Amino acid sequence: MSASPDQPDRQVVVDSLGVGLATGAYGVSFGAVATASGLDVWQACALSLLVFTGASQFAFVGVVAAGGAPLAGTATALLLGSRNLFYGLAMAPRLRVRGWRRLAAAQVVIDESTAMGLGQHDHRQSRLAFHLTGWTVFVLWNLMTLVGAAAGTALGDPRTYGLDAAVGAAPVAPAQRVATTPRGPRRRRDGDRAGAPDGGGGAGHRRRGRGGRRRAAAPA
Amino acid sequence: MTGLWVAIIVTAVGCYLLKVAGLSVPQRVLAHPLAAEVAALIPVALLAALVAVQVLGDGPSLTVDARVLGLGAAVVLLLLRAPFLLVVFGAAAVAALARLAG
Repeated sequence: MSASPDQPDRQVVVDSLGVGLATGAYGVSFGAVATASGLDVWQACALSLLVFTGASQFAFVGVVAAGGAPLAGTATALLLGSRNLFYGLAMAPRLRVRGWRRLAAAQVVIDESTAMGLGQHDHRQSRLAFHLTGWTVFVLWNLMTLVGAAAGTALGDPRTYGLDAAVGAAPVAPAQRVATTPRGPRRRRDGDRAGAPDGGGGAGHRRRGRGGRRRAAAPA
Repeated sequence: MTGLWVAIIVTAVGCYLLKVAGLSVPQRVLAHPLAAEVAALIPVALLAALVAVQVLGDGPSLTVDARVLGLGAAVVLLLLRAPFLLVVFGAAAVAALARLAG
């Protein structure tokens, strides 16, 4: 991981996939916990597919497991999920998505995608890191939820493999990078005009455009 | 079971609306330097809190276990400027080994 503004795209891709794989794999734990808490496989999968924000999902099944009213679980989940609102606020100027792309991108506004997105120096790489991390987690998290829910405890405790520690440590590096990244209103406003039109999909991100790779200028 | 499904759907709709709301705040509002600064730093605080909860949380209580060693390994690897993958999986490996040993 380099803190250099000229970090190559390849590095961003590798980092994003790494975080995506580690976090997504932990979905197996959610699936197992959910079914152990009295949810059926479909309910576990519905939570991962539709709620898709790990801490809220664990909180919801935690309340249900403790015998609480399901709507009390909803309240807890929403409280925890409110942080995604702030993540969206922080990512919006970099993503600049509208219409259906905004609706799609919203679903993957989570801890890991935000951390990776904010950790990049230029806005084009921000989008690359955000979408790649977010969608990698989305696909794997859902797949592994199904595996965990269907297999129950047959797979053994994912903590044996240290997966919980990986998930706990995953946001450290990007958070540190965000905290130490120079900020300034100037950079925020004119970050990278060249990359602006392709807010959403994957292919557009790979478009090379030297002009769009404006480095993070020193704060004005 | 129906109550559970209702709660799941309400949770899904609510969580999604929170995500959309954050992305939908007009850019003018964020153009203000103070707003931009706050919007950029709140996630850092939230992520730090998340790390603390995920590493120390144990249901309703806090606990110190192998995850702390994993986090320590991640920080050391980070300071050594190790690649990201190594940081994340290093944390997993150290925690797994600690549990194996413990």
